[in-house]
Parts: sequence; structure tokens; C-alpha cells
Amino acid sequence: MPDHRIRKQIHLAAHFPGVNHHTVWTDPGSGSQIDFDSFVHLARTAERGLFDFFFLAEGLRLREHRDRIHDLDVVGRPDTFTVLNALAAVTTRLGLAGTINTTFNEPFELAKQFASLDHLSGGRAAWNAVTSSDAFTGENFRRGGYLEHAKRYTRAHEVVDATRALWDSWPADALVIDRERGIFAQPIPQARFVSDQFDIDGQFVLPRSPQGYPVQIQAGDSDEGREFAAAKADVIFSAHGELEDGRRFYRDVKDRLAKYGRARDDLKILPSAGFVLGDTEEEAVEHARHIRRQQVTPQTAITFLEQIWGRDLSAYDPDGPLPDIDPIDDANITRGRVRHARDPRAVAEAWRAKAAAENLSIRELIIATTTRQQFVGTPRQVAVEIDHYVQSDASDGFVLVPHLTPAGLDEFVDRVVPELQSLGSFRTEYTGATLREHLGLRHPQQGTTEGVRAS
Amino acid sequence: MPHPTPLLLGLELSGTGAHPASWRRADSRAEDLFDARYWVDALRAAEDAGIDLAFLPDSGTLQSAGALGRLDAVAVAARAAAATRRIGLIPQASVTHSEPFHLSKAIASLDFAATGRAGWEVSVAAGEASLYGRKPEQDDRSRWQEADDAVEVVARLWDSWEDDAEIRDAATGRFIDRERLHYIDFAGEHFAVKGPSITPRPPQGQPPVAVRAADPHSTRVAVRRADLIRIAAPDLETAAATRAELRSAIAAAGRDPNRVRVLLDIDIHLADTADTAALEVAQLEDWIATPAPATVFHIGTAAGLRDILRRIETDCAADGVVLRPLALAAALPHLQALTPTLRERLGLPRPASRYAHA
Repeated sequence: MPDHRIRKQIHLAAHFPGVNHHTVWTDPGSGSQIDFDSFVHLARTAERGLFDFFFLAEGLRLREHRDRIHDLDVVGRPDTFTVLNALAAVTTRLGLAGTINTTFNEPFELAKQFASLDHLSGGRAAWNAVTSSDAFTGENFRRGGYLEHAKRYTRAHEVVDATRALWDSWPADALVIDRERGIFAQPIPQARFVSDQFDIDGQFVLPRSPQGYPVQIQAGDSDEGREFAAAKADVIFSAHGELEDGRRFYRDVKDRLAKYGRARDDLKILPSAGFVLGDTEEEAVEHARHIRRQQVTPQTAITFLEQIWGRDLSAYDPDGPLPDIDPIDDANITRGRVRHARDPRAVAEAWRAKAAAENLSIRELIIATTTRQQFVGTPRQVAVEIDHYVQSDASDGFVLVPHLTPAGLDEFVDRVVPELQSLGSFRTEYTGATLREHLGLRHPQQGTTEGVRAS
Repeated sequence: MPHPTPLLLGLELSGTGAHPASWRRADSRAEDLFDARYWVDALRAAEDAGIDLAFLPDSGTLQSAGALGRLDAVAVAARAAAATRRIGLIPQASVTHSEPFHLSKAIASLDFAATGRAGWEVSVAAGEASLYGRKPEQDDRSRWQEADDAVEVVARLWDSWEDDAEIRDAATGRFIDRERLHYIDFAGEHFAVKGPSITPRPPQGQPPVAVRAADPHSTRVAVRRADLIRIAAPDLETAAATRAELRSAIAAAGRDPNRVRVLLDIDIHLADTADTAALEVAQLEDWIATPAPATVFHIGTAAGLRDILRRIETDCAADGVVLRPLALAAALPHLQALTPTLRERLGLPRPASRYAHA
């Protein structure tokens, strides 16, 4: 028997499949991405698998490609808060995490919404704070317009600090509820937060919530993003899923914690990862190959190519060779998603070389270059590999991203979770009630936030 | 179609009750006010009693007296969506500081979670500008002008996906038909929104919009935009006159008055006997004295309230009511007695016994 006391425990989260080419909607088993039943199914499955939390991403503007709404991927998402609150009714322990943008929301409103979610879920709320400097998305908001890159992180820090100042403003023992004497609460102090971008003054409307405040998640990978995470986050979603790359990232981020007076265990690092299972390794590999072809349809392959080439390539055969014409630098060919290729000509050169060396068609090349981190194998193999990543400090666990809505997690929970449990590195029951307890995080001390910052 | 038969029954769930001292009652469950169970229990009780619509008030400011603190109303409605089956969930949400884009998807998502039972009571926020520190405090005229635009934008966003926009056409690889998604291109004095929504058209297409017509500014928005108009009136005659005026104004605005429901607020306290009800209200007033109610009120038995409801129906004083219990816990057990019988649902009068003396 493995020694449970010394094995590092794995943390798992379930990502609701969404707006990307990884989510396969053409599969006969693919269901609705918007009906509430789909969210219920995935959340209940994750809870049955004793996951730490369910995670819902956010989008605030429909993606466009070549100035038209992108129509090849799943489109249509719900409001994050509404779905998480509704899911609190059909789950009892599962953490409920959502992405909420700091650029197009105001601290008072966020503080009230997250405190409400934490109260109504009994301490299961988590906030993935993301930023946007994107005028394209801004066209849907009264804030509107463009927030320059440097300012968006300043604003993100200030939004997080301001919400904490509001959450902290009620004394922990504010509620008295003495019917005889007619005292409901102690006097509620004024919350005040002044910074570069905010001047907030007033009483907050809610008592401190079960977790003190929601678990803070961060997803950015830039140097500013890593600093933000080290300073303020409880969980970081990382894109560094490969073993060695993951270990470097893990070390880098954990090393940054000390300067903020935090312990290495105060921040959990969870890369996102896919998975494909089979009864044998060969079957899993074959299944993975099939899924890759479903994810990268002929039309999707051409769209990816157009993102690099910056021009209409609809006349090209996806099963044929790469275009011999040169790319043009059109930064706006795709809007509403992160643009990865800063130098299209260099990417095109590299792709041409790879296609020539491996004799790949357009579609085969796109399949080869857009595969993300995933675990492929038998349930036992996948469990052993995940455990190896965690035990060797490449991560503290994973955010699993199924490729099917809503049943894509079923097989993992039924077959991989028992293997993880048999390895002694995954819980066999929830031992806590709140998400902080699942993650082994400390309850936040009150008043650690600077309420007033010099502007 | 003078009014729906029977009367629409709405219930406003305001903390432990509309009376600021209601938390002091032994049955108030004031300790549970920030716990989901409190709200789910109350909404289920209302649903089980046959109440049609639950109104959930909201505000960014602390109450001036009584029980302090307020959960986000859309959050409470969402939390109750999967725990209820029939009752309409109508959270209040202010448009003064919130983004119309966020509100649109929040209510649409509530409609998905509640499978077609969501509504939205539009409100404006006075005295909250300093909580946001973004724009100066507006006057009521400006707030409701902005609200008028916000309701228009939310409605356009709900329509920005045609119902059949999701085509899942594997042959062409297209998940949606982009021709059935629409930019709303709204540009107003206070904000501009491009669209389309990121949330598909909700089950109801347009969840019903409620507006409280309390002054000329809010009344104008109600007349132009609301499916449900809440009014207050000192008596049923005034209510009937207000309803008639609203219907004329709705027609003058180019809308069909028969597609708008006027709901009269009634402040209530119910008990087994009128004497008990009066004593209990006296106790509440002894704890915290409040001004006289600004609308029709009833302190007494459920049977007495039923008589008022019948008169509202026969006099066409309103198309429905919003009951506002002074103490929520005290009202819940009596609600069942207010809901219509089968004959009433069918629009059939209760016949007198043929053997009864004339």
C-alpha cells in the first residue's frame, strides 16, 4: 500500500467545454452547450468524482474571422454568475469557479455578486480574474474602448484589492441578531478604497461570506500575470502542461511567493489538459487520432491557415499542400481570441519546413501543430502519468477539459478516479465543506488588504 | 380581454418582510437570511401555494433600519431556479451602474436555468454613485432616460440570436448560421453596445420585463417597455383609474394594452383572526414605527384578503397583485387560502346551492 501521508494529493477541476475547436460538436454524443441540464450533468459528474471545482469560462464578444462571426466552433455561452448560482442547487461540495473580467466590471458589483455566490453556495465560490485591453470586446460595454496593456494589470490589481476591501469591511462578528434588545448588527463601517482608477466610498451590503472571500484564480502567463498570481492568487491555471516545461513554470511561480510573504503551498498550480481513454494503449491512441480529425475539420484547418497567412485561403484544398503565396501581416484577421503568431512569415516558414519534412497536408499540419497537452492511454496509464506530474512538481493537479459536452467527463470519473485513489494520491471522500478546504488553503485573515492606497 | 382570469398573484420576498422590525419575530429565521435554504424554502412555499410570480427586490445600499444586508437578487433567483418548477422568478436589477450586456445574458441564463420562468424588474439606483466612483450621481429623469435605453438594449440583445441560429451542419462544418446572428449597433446618450449577445435567445424569447410606475419618468418607461407594470394606490378606485390611464398611454405609445398586465401592490399581514393580525402589527410598530402604507393594505385573515382580490377582479382595478408581507414567515402559511379554486381558474362562478334560501 502506498503511504498516504507522504504522497502529494492531486487537485482536479472540470472545465465546461466551450468556445474553441477542441470541443467536438459533430459527435453523435454531443449535447447542448447552453441548456442547463448540460451544466448539471458535468457538475454532478465532477462532484461524483470528488473534484475540487467546476470551472466555467467567459466570453464577452463573439469571435470574428475575416470580419464575420466565426461559425465553425461552438458558439453561445451563459452568464457565469447565473449558472454557478444555479449549480449550487444541484451540488453540495463541488467548488464553483468562473471567469469574470476585471476590465468590464466594477468592484462594488463584483464584490456583491461573488459574496452572494459564496453565501448561497455555502463557501464554494472561486473567481478567475482575467483582463482585457481589447477595444473589440469593449464595444459591448459602456466602459468601452481600449485600456492600454499596462493599465489593464493595474486595474486588475486594484479591482481585486477593492473587492477585498469591501468584503473585509464588515467585522467578522457583525451580525448580532438579538431579538430581545432589537440589535440586528453592529454598526457597519464605511468601506473606502482609493487608487489610480477607483474612488469607492460607502457601506458594503453583505456580511463576510463563508470563505472570507472567494478562492482567487489567475490564468495569465506573462511576467505580470505570474507576479499577479504570486501576490494575490490561490490557484493559477497554467498552459504549461509538458513535464519539463511544467516543472520550470512551477518552480518559477512558487519561487515568487516568498517576496509576498506567502508559503509555497498557498498557491496551487493547475495546468489545463485533455485526456483520451481506451481499453488498450493502441485503442486510446487511435481514438485520440479520430478526435483530432473531428476537432480539425477541413474548414477549421483552412481557418487556422488564414490566421497565419492573413488572407482568404478558401480556394485551397485542406488535403493538399500549404499555399506557396506569402503571408501578409493582418493583425485583425481574427478578433476575440488571443493572437499567438506575432511574426506570420516566420511561422509560415516553420510550417512549410515541417510539412515538407513530414509530408503533411494542410489539415495534417494543423492537427500536428494545434494539439494541446493531453493524457492518452488506459485509465491506469493516465492515472499513473497524472500522478507522476504531480509528484515530480510539474503541477498540483489539473484542470481537465473534456472534448464532449456534457458527458465528456463520465469515463474519467468512472475509470481514472478509482485508479488515482488506488495510488493514494486522490481523496476518497470530501473532508471539507468549502472550496478552500478542498484545496488546502488558509482562510483569509481579515484586514490584510490595504483599504486605501495613495493615488 | 379586460384582465386575465383569475388574477395574477405575485409575492414580493423582501428579507424577513417589508416591515423593518419583522426580523424580531420569533419565526423570522433572521439567522438564515444569507443562507440559500431560507430563500429556497420561502420560494417553494410560495410555489406550493400556487403563487404565480416571485418578485425579489434588490439594492446596493444598506437598509436604513431593521435587518441589514442584501444578497444579489439575480443570484437568489438563479439559486432557486433548479429548486422550483413553476413559479416565475423576477429579480430586480438596476441599470444605473450595471452593464446592459451583463444584465441581458444574466436574465437570459436565468431563463435557461429556470426553463422559461425568468423575468426582470427594471430599477434605477439612487445614491449609489459613490460605491462605484465612476460617474456623478444622476437625477431621476436622467436615471430613467438611461433605463429606457438599457431596456431597449437588453431586448435587442435577446433578439440578436434568431431562435434557429444554431444549425450544427456537419456537412459544411458550420455550428451556427451567422446570417441569423445580428449586431444591435445601439448608440445612445449614456452608452453604446455593438452585440450580438454571447448567449443564445432564451426559452421565452423575451423574458417579461416589469417596471414599477412610481413617477412620470418611470411611468414613461413602463408604458413604452414593460410587460408587467407595478403600481401603488391608496384604494381600488384609484387603482382602477390608474390602470385605465396606463392602458390609454400604452395604446397611445402604439402598444396593445391587452398585452400588458397592471399589478397592484398590497401590503399584507395575515393571521388566523383579524384581532391577532392587528396585535402582531401593533407589536411590529411598537418595535419600529413606520409611515402609513403608500398602497392598499390588508391586516387580517386570508379570507378578508380574498374578498379584496375578488373586488379587484370584478372592478378591473388591476390584472394582478403583488403581495408584500410585512413579515414573510407569518404570511407564507396563509398563501394557500388565496389561490384560486379550479372553478375560478376556469372562470366559472361558485354557484349558490339550489336548496339554499333565496
